[in-house]
Amino acid sequence: MTAPLLTMTGIQKSFLGVRVLHGVDLTVRPGEVHALVGENGAGKSTLMKILAGVYTADAGTVTLDGEPVRFGHPAAAQRAGVSTVFQEFNLLPDRTVAENVYLGREPRRRGMVDRRRMVADTRRLLEDLGVTGLSARARVRNLSVAEQQIVEIVKAMSHDARIISMDEPTAALAGREVALLYRLIERLKQLGVAVLYVSHRLKEIFDLCDRVTVLKDGALVDTSDTADLTTDDLVRKMVGRSITGFFPPKLPGTALGDVRLRVTGGGNTQLDGVDLSVRSGEIVGFAGLQGSGRTELAHALFGIAPFTVGRVEVDGEGARIRSPRQAVRYGIGLVTEDRKTQGLALNQSIAANARLVLDAVRPRSAGRAAKAVPGLLSSLELVARGHDQEVRFLSGGNQQKVVLAKWLVIEPRVMILDEPTRGIDVGAKHAVYTLIRELAAAGMAILLISSELSEVIGMADRIVVMRDGVISGELDAARLPADTAEETIMALATGQNTGAAR
Amino acid sequence: MRTTVSGITSRILSSNATVFVLLAVIFAVVFALNPGFAEPMSLMAFVKKAAPLILLAIGQYFVIVSGEFDLSVGSLVGAQVVIAALLIDGNESATLPVILLMFAGGIVVGLVNGLVTTLLKVPSIITTLGTMLVLYGAIRWLTGGAPTGSLSTAFRAAGRQGVDDVPLIGQLPWALLIVLVVGVGAVFLMRSPWGRTLIAVGDNDQAARFAGARVWWVKTAAFTLSGFLATGAGILIGGYAGVTAQVGEGMEFTAITAVVLGGVVLGGGRGWVVAAMAGALTVEALFTLFNQLSVPSTVRPAAQGLIIIAAVAYAAIDRARRARTVTETHPTPRHTDVATP
Repeated sequence: MTAPLLTMTGIQKSFLGVRVLHGVDLTVRPGEVHALVGENGAGKSTLMKILAGVYTADAGTVTLDGEPVRFGHPAAAQRAGVSTVFQEFNLLPDRTVAENVYLGREPRRRGMVDRRRMVADTRRLLEDLGVTGLSARARVRNLSVAEQQIVEIVKAMSHDARIISMDEPTAALAGREVALLYRLIERLKQLGVAVLYVSHRLKEIFDLCDRVTVLKDGALVDTSDTADLTTDDLVRKMVGRSITGFFPPKLPGTALGDVRLRVTGGGNTQLDGVDLSVRSGEIVGFAGLQGSGRTELAHALFGIAPFTVGRVEVDGEGARIRSPRQAVRYGIGLVTEDRKTQGLALNQSIAANARLVLDAVRPRSAGRAAKAVPGLLSSLELVARGHDQEVRFLSGGNQQKVVLAKWLVIEPRVMILDEPTRGIDVGAKHAVYTLIRELAAAGMAILLISSELSEVIGMADRIVVMRDGVISGELDAARLPADTAEETIMALATGQNTGAAR
Repeated sequence: MRTTVSGITSRILSSNATVFVLLAVIFAVVFALNPGFAEPMSLMAFVKKAAPLILLAIGQYFVIVSGEFDLSVGSLVGAQVVIAALLIDGNESATLPVILLMFAGGIVVGLVNGLVTTLLKVPSIITTLGTMLVLYGAIRWLTGGAPTGSLSTAFRAAGRQGVDDVPLIGQLPWALLIVLVVGVGAVFLMRSPWGRTLIAVGDNDQAARFAGARVWWVKTAAFTLSGFLATGAGILIGGYAGVTAQVGEGMEFTAITAVVLGGVVLGGGRGWVVAAMAGALTVEALFTLFNQLSVPSTVRPAAQGLIIIAAVAYAAIDRARRARTVTETHPTPRHTDVATP
């Protein structure tokens, strides 16, 4: 066993008093490909960013080659040989490959940038990596996503990187490009560079990685050799958690009625062949990884990025939804994933936000209908100084109640909830769950998108799992065995059919 | 929402107090320097002079609160006055048709500003800078430096006449009545669903769009109102000051200064239309004060520049301070809504 290249011990980190990493350990050996996996919110990104010098850890030590190091800034990490390729590339689109690689530290000759040397050095780095067909003089704007990723890796190599961490490197790549990345990673291994590989895709982890470290809820589960693991083992390690009795039961009298929302063959640039029906009184949960198309589906139904093919029906009537306004007219409401940028006008009062949909879409009856707002806010147990308080001063949970009130006041037929409990406290979460049950009992059709599997399992009647813009499976929540439910969903979401062959 | 006097008083005292205090202080100084200014007659003359700017400020308020700018209004006022003089040329019977034509023209300019900004996605500061230059060029081209024609007496009545023989004040200017009607209208408009949507669009246009608002239409309506009110301002100013090639020059910036002084936040989403009107009165009062102190009129632009910077800086500091105090006191809400069974 070789001496570890990188050791992270007891790493802790809190944001605004919320502990997101509870003393995590990680060791990476020279020349190995090391996978870092876990569910959304497990703490992978935070750990990566601490390694990259974007965040500093509250406690714990990092050693590189046995020397303790502490990176206060990404540039310090790079100088020490630790480079990171984030999902969002840091490239200037109108500069060439060579200019991007040497940005800010261009080789100089007599005080001027030595372009010839810069290009030659970049070419040499590309050759070392075995990359052909990418010119050092090409403008980054004209490159494909895969090629831009190569530029990021070349940039890392130009810093003499000894460890490169990659955040979901295949998330935006097509199948052929993934093969290219595989080759590149093999080449990095040969050069003795270690790769820390963050991915949701289990197949890649088994294809590429030597060892796997699993994080869950900000804590280390364990690190093991990939060869000793099966996909089942890995999935169980990632999710293994029991569902608590936190979710309120279905209200008596909740009955499944007629189909309220039906999509047949729905598709656009992000989605393909979506067939879906949601009945009155039904809660359909949507599970899947980030970027699997759940939010895109919500946006398509709501007319933000509409379906370009397929048919949508609301209560049996064909609905052509090309804008949010038309969606509202058909009685569809959307609680967006991002409350602050998409859900609220933060500088306006609670009352103004709560009646915004009425004002915007039904101006003639807005005044009359808005009389229901105070009662609605009370029934949601909103905590505020008064309804003229600006919503930016409310807590996340109370802000979400205002968003919910805004939709409830138009009495929608179909309610789409995209991550309705993200970033809100436990009490408010419970209030949202109770409300969802009440809405279902009142005959609304509910689409519940959530990254928290327990939430989907605990609330939904039926679970739709999405992957790469298509529906990869549908599960009847009632028939789902409780102990393997999360694993079954994760398997569908990641494209690994546990048990059965792929 | 309460429409009571106490509601309005509390609103004046809460967020927009500064401009009202400033207005009172400037008036106090003006009165102290020249007690004669407090005479009803002088005050009415002041109102006539300030009325066009108040109308422009109201129009500018609609546009700014939606997150945009309208730089074209000064040139629009100028073009309207010059063209009206050309068309009327002293012919009384042409007054009404020309006024109607002017309003149509103002509405068209506003529609163009709005549609180019919202549908072609040209930033409004560029769109309206463009219309400003086009109209400015049109004035130069039409007048060749010296406007021809003249306005009719009936046309000029709105800006300089009024209801005569009113006890105490002598004459009640039409300009005052117009400003009052438009001001009250603007207050009601901002309470209407359109006004509420407008301010939400200015605050967060994505959230407004996701709530079903037609952002392009709401903003275009604001530009159109601005064009309409600039026409009104043109009629008043033509009547009050007469026809020159310089009419309206720089008024867009004076109007923006007035609105900003009224505490309306550039970028949209915040501000009260009454405070914008008070801002216009304050700017006009300041110019009056300069006159009394015999400050050369050439200093005005510099003063205006300093005011606009100071007002925005003050608003930013004040807002940050208020945000801090509210966050600190947040954990103990004074009032809690509880479900009633």
